Amino acid sequence: MRITCPICGTRDRREFYYQGAALALERPAPDASPETWNDYIHLRENPAGLTRDLWQHEGGCGAWVVVTRNTVSHEILATALASEVKKGAAK
Amino acid sequence: MTFSAFRILKEGLTGNTGWKPHWRDPAPKQDYDAIIIGGGGHGLSTAYYLAKNHGLTNIAVLEKGYIGSGNIGRNTTIVRANYFLPGNSEFYSHSLKLWEGLESELNYNVMHSQRGLINLFHSDGQRDAFVRRGNSMINQGDDAILLDRDGVRQHLPYLDFDNTRFPIFGGLLHPRGGTARHDAVAWGYARGADQRGVDLIQNCEVTGIDIVDGKVTGVQTTRGAIKAKKVAIIVAGRSGQVAAMAGMRLPIESHVLQAFVTEGLKPIINHVVSFGMGHFYMSQSDKGGLVFGGDIDFYASYASRGNLPMVEHVMEAGMTLMPMIGKARVLRSWGGIMDMTPDGSPIIDKTGIDGLFIDCGWNYGGFKAVPASGWCMAHLMATGQSHDVAKGFRLDRFLTGRGLMDEEGTGSQHNLH
Amino acid sequence: MRLPNGGQIDRSRKLSFTFDGQRFEGHPGDTLASALLANDQILMARSFKYHRPRGALTAGSEEPNALVTLGRGARQEPNARATTVELVEGLEARGQNAWPSVRFDVLGMNDLFAPFFGAGFYYKTFMWPRAFWEKLYEPAIRRAAGLGALSGEHNTDAYEKVQAFCDLLIIGAGPTGLMAALTAARAGAQVILCDEDVKMGGRLNAETFEIAGMSGKKWAASVVTELDSLPNVRLMTRTAVVGAYDNGTFGALERLPHEAIARGAPREAFWRIVAKRALLCAGAIERPIAFRNNDRPGIMTAGAVRAYVNRWAVAPGTQVAVFGNNDDAHRTAADLLAAGVHVSALIDARPDAKTTLPIRLFAGAQVMDAAGRKHLESITIRTSKGEERLQADCLAMSGGWNPTVHLTCHMNGRPTWRDDIASFVPTPGSVPGMDTAGACNGAFSTHAALAEGQAKALSALAELGLAAQAETLPEAEDAPYRVMPLWAVSGKGRAWLDFQNDVTVKDVQMAAKENYRSVEHMKRYTTQGMAPDQGKNSNVAALAVLADATGRGIPQTGTTTFRPPFVPVSIAALGAGGQGPGFAPERFTTSHRASLARNAPMIAAGQWWRPSYFPLQGETHWRQSCDREVGYVRNAVGVCDVSTLGKIELTGPDVPKLLDFVYTNTFSTLPVGRTRYGLMLREDGHVLDDGTTARLEDDRWVMTTTTAAAGQVMKHLEFVTQALHPEWDVSFISVTEHWAQFSVAGPKSRDLLDEMMAEDLSDFPFMGCAPVTLAGIKARLFRISFSGEMAFEIAVPSRYGAALFDALVARAETMQGGAYGLEALNVLRVEKGFITHSEIHGRTTAFDIGMEGMVSKKKDCIGKTAAARPGLVGPERDQLVGLKPVGVVKQLTAGAHLFEKEAKAIRENDQGYVTSVAFSPTLGHFLGLGFLRNGRARHGETIRLVDHLRGIETLCEVCDPVFFDKEGGRARV
Repeated sequence: MRITCPICGTRDRREFYYQGAALALERPAPDASPETWNDYIHLRENPAGLTRDLWQHEGGCGAWVVVTRNTVSHEILATALASEVKKGAAK
Repeated sequence: MTFSAFRILKEGLTGNTGWKPHWRDPAPKQDYDAIIIGGGGHGLSTAYYLAKNHGLTNIAVLEKGYIGSGNIGRNTTIVRANYFLPGNSEFYSHSLKLWEGLESELNYNVMHSQRGLINLFHSDGQRDAFVRRGNSMINQGDDAILLDRDGVRQHLPYLDFDNTRFPIFGGLLHPRGGTARHDAVAWGYARGADQRGVDLIQNCEVTGIDIVDGKVTGVQTTRGAIKAKKVAIIVAGRSGQVAAMAGMRLPIESHVLQAFVTEGLKPIINHVVSFGMGHFYMSQSDKGGLVFGGDIDFYASYASRGNLPMVEHVMEAGMTLMPMIGKARVLRSWGGIMDMTPDGSPIIDKTGIDGLFIDCGWNYGGFKAVPASGWCMAHLMATGQSHDVAKGFRLDRFLTGRGLMDEEGTGSQHNLH
Repeated sequence: MRLPNGGQIDRSRKLSFTFDGQRFEGHPGDTLASALLANDQILMARSFKYHRPRGALTAGSEEPNALVTLGRGARQEPNARATTVELVEGLEARGQNAWPSVRFDVLGMNDLFAPFFGAGFYYKTFMWPRAFWEKLYEPAIRRAAGLGALSGEHNTDAYEKVQAFCDLLIIGAGPTGLMAALTAARAGAQVILCDEDVKMGGRLNAETFEIAGMSGKKWAASVVTELDSLPNVRLMTRTAVVGAYDNGTFGALERLPHEAIARGAPREAFWRIVAKRALLCAGAIERPIAFRNNDRPGIMTAGAVRAYVNRWAVAPGTQVAVFGNNDDAHRTAADLLAAGVHVSALIDARPDAKTTLPIRLFAGAQVMDAAGRKHLESITIRTSKGEERLQADCLAMSGGWNPTVHLTCHMNGRPTWRDDIASFVPTPGSVPGMDTAGACNGAFSTHAALAEGQAKALSALAELGLAAQAETLPEAEDAPYRVMPLWAVSGKGRAWLDFQNDVTVKDVQMAAKENYRSVEHMKRYTTQGMAPDQGKNSNVAALAVLADATGRGIPQTGTTTFRPPFVPVSIAALGAGGQGPGFAPERFTTSHRASLARNAPMIAAGQWWRPSYFPLQGETHWRQSCDREVGYVRNAVGVCDVSTLGKIELTGPDVPKLLDFVYTNTFSTLPVGRTRYGLMLREDGHVLDDGTTARLEDDRWVMTTTTAAAGQVMKHLEFVTQALHPEWDVSFISVTEHWAQFSVAGPKSRDLLDEMMAEDLSDFPFMGCAPVTLAGIKARLFRISFSGEMAFEIAVPSRYGAALFDALVARAETMQGGAYGLEALNVLRVEKGFITHSEIHGRTTAFDIGMEGMVSKKKDCIGKTAAARPGLVGPERDQLVGLKPVGVVKQLTAGAHLFEKEAKAIRENDQGYVTSVAFSPTLGHFLGLGFLRNGRARHGETIRLVDHLRGIETLCEVCDPVFFDKEGGRARV
């Protein structure tokens, strides 16, 4: 499996650390309900098909990357810097 | 038909013409008392115990492929009861006891082999953690023996004691741990359930769950609608999709776990051996293949296949631990879809929908749980109450933080268990 | 028997080898199988279950029968295919899975009991009495099963891994692959061409076809010569591409030639090849036909017979019969005749078969039975006129060809059934970026192979953006492939499908009868296709038999899946580099050599090696050394290398925000020149790590983490600053390797450092920090303590680490102190109740360790909300306590569990557990840290520690976890 780091280019999967769903970018407010926090920390869409998840180019530049991927075929459709995605969402 | 040595003799002498189907292929009825979605190990054992322990026989197991086509048929066959946290301890202990009577229970040889499992440790800290675990096992009434380096050497003389990257400090021996023939477990439960009247319906995929006023009323399938007041979701890696049909999100992420088998070899590994510093565990099947595995590939996947990094990691771990296996050749690798939870422990519980039950979250340890999972799930479905040994497997523990069972101590990141 | 002429062997040289102790001769170019056949050694092995005598069925890596063991000692290699083992001088091969030998095998009697050993028989018996399974049945089954044996000795051979990249990976160097490679290479593409054989050419080496007016093998050689001359081509023989993985990644196994190994090359190399495009040109595998006793030694696939005759100049018999359902049977007969071998009959199942060859042709006939236990003697055929027995010592059979689709299935692709060729072919797109061409794609003639090889290479080049045009194809045969499906000849007796696993037609039929009708059920119940050849020779026939038995068509019956590897790969090759210390990186501190010089036992702390203790002469037990080293710190001064702690340097205006967010307590108020202890949580509310952060300058902060969590914390900070708060202006970098850091601890620590430092330390405050100068070197000084004594940590650039350690220890030794190791470090911290990852083991919260007060109420932080979940606080939680022995037994052990004094030591009564213990030389007894249910409310209570594993029970008093200097005055002096 090879992933394109937006900074470094296409690299072997070995250079990347996987965390989980890109939902992790959407941290609730501290006073959000327990259910909201449970959704954030534990519950997952877990799709069989397209998903967005978070990887880190740990063995490279350290960038956190949002990867758009197919969980059935392992096809990788797009990658973007998590920081850009987050900033974009904030705008 | 009862299996016995006599039957084999008789059939052998008469041309093997008298063997009968081990289960029927019934057409689905319109209505059942209970429906089990998923004809894997857990679903089949649930059906079996619903019929056997609770007398519920008007039930159907709906399987989208062939029975036993999921993780029951693609694991490394390890059976053990070596958990240390309350909630897990009593459950796996119960499961191991059921294993110990499974052949006579099912009249089917699942080749449960209690050859002993040895977990190696490589530092003082690891030893302390394994001592805690071993003491938990004995507290629970199971067995554990602490081995020092020489003790390990007596059991596993072929390990590299001199040059391995992480020196072997000792091991925790679980004598009652071992292996079983995985497919046979599915087939044995299937046959037993069928004999008690359960309809095993293969090639029948559930496409929807019917819910009226918060109560389940049946399911939609590729072979038509089927009514039932009780429906159980027991679909392991596919839990997310099936639960979504009922509008639920689960604390589950599906991951691929690979496993490997070598060409047949004369007996050389007589235990189940587990490395403490890398992801590697190995046993030898009765046919002679070395059966082994490591950790999940670490990325969410439904592909039932993995990639080279974990393959190579597992082999490298094998080579540092027991370099005598170098000349064994890997014959086949495969992958299963693991339903990983945020604490690495399973769920056997009711859902927010009346009549809808769920049994999932076995991470990559579901095989050994098959008997007790079925036993407890059947209990829950029949009585509406959690079984005593499965009380910890609540769906709401993540919401409340009560009774989390994080054996690995790695926290809520699903792929780290 | 060796033919007088021909073959691609070097007759000028002889090679001597042994099989089962008997000495034979062969030639360079031989395989073990061809050399054995040349010596009339037909019997090579025994089957798995019935221990039937077996000879080679094939001439390739798909061989199911002729598995042998090579070599001795650590070099012993079980399950080698005689058909692919290159003959070398002195080769020592032995039969396996037979006792005493393959010629006389006692377990051959299993064959007599075959009626009782049918499919799945073991599921139905061996169940009584229960205890007999492990004691009697299983050991007996295990001994009888298995194939060859491992030596049990550590590997002594070299294996390697290699990484390669290319534009186009071509898998298989038969006519298709060679044509494709030529096309791509001439267009300038970076090409890798792999073939598992020792020479390129594929079937061209085994056939008598002509290409471009020359022999096929000569054409192949000429193409190879051209390819070899091109700088953009890598030719890899002896290299099997074994797996197709995601995004153009392929695994390949290269077996190095013996001459190279002798010169020091690795035995095997495992290649990871990343290819922009790949072209599978893997050819096809001929299928046997199932009939009674079709496993007799001397019965081979027709293609194998041609290969032995044409490539190795071996006549596999003196009276050869040929049986087939397609024209290859005729081709085989023709080749045999041309080589001067007697062909006793040509049996063609097709009623309309004709021949111009001068041989007896039986059209519309079938072979029903074969006789001759260790060597084929005769066959019985069924014609329209009845049955006839024919003398034959070799039977060449061809049931048609199965395209080698395996790699196309590695990513879950399923092949497509083609009725016209009665075979499965690859489904396009099964492996993204990989196309298929030639026989593996169902194009069986040589012309079709060349044409597809060229065409598919051109389309790959177009996708790669490389210009190329179709050159004129060389002339080659283009015979149509006419096959009449024939899977199993009807009749009594056992007809083999899976030779290796002894699965017969009857077994498959019985599985169907017992309702193992799914192809996967049939496979698993009968073990069909699970042997070392993974069903390469038998799967399609078995599934045809199953289809027949269940009244379905072959496409409806479906297939099992081919999974990696294509051919078995040694664990040593896949795990190359892992043996010994290579499994994980080793990290060494700058004081490593000094520690070794002081005879310190080094222990692995994650990837680091750290000294356990520093023994002095006369000390015979680690505790003596440890106690002494603890005394250094408590009474004088000790020096310890703490460089392994994670160090992260931070700058930027938003560092205070970041620290406040990742630590539970407040750091934004930390003044310059000060250090603060902090606790980090995971977002799920449990403790991630603890450590200190120092503010060296207004905008320069240094965070330390534990050794164990250094990487995790770094990753965590990067996550927070990129994924949650990219708007924060902060920069940080791990400087763990850049700074060597030493703890100088004890009442005389200031005295020691004062002498070495330009700065005056008399007013250097507890928890202070500052840049300092030490012997002219810029250093960093922190006054922090993990021992409870007055202590400093001095950090210098790593290159000065070794020198500084020596200097510090030398000075300490003049002050009644010295170096201390991890054991003493642990005792010192337990005496003070300081936690490590033994306590913050991933399941504990700030509440559990008594630090809930450190979770600031004034701000948010990672993990704060989740930590407040009702289940994570309160009296039900196990809370950190101290434990002191109060009874007769004084020993405490980590991992023991805690119970009320009189309670039975069972799970239901479990009250907690011990995480860390130490013998305190300072206090004169054992100390323990542990977690006890509602423990903070239970100080003073007597509880019982039970360690079943070690047989220890100790009564303990529950106390505060700080055993020594509770007020902390000593650190603040």
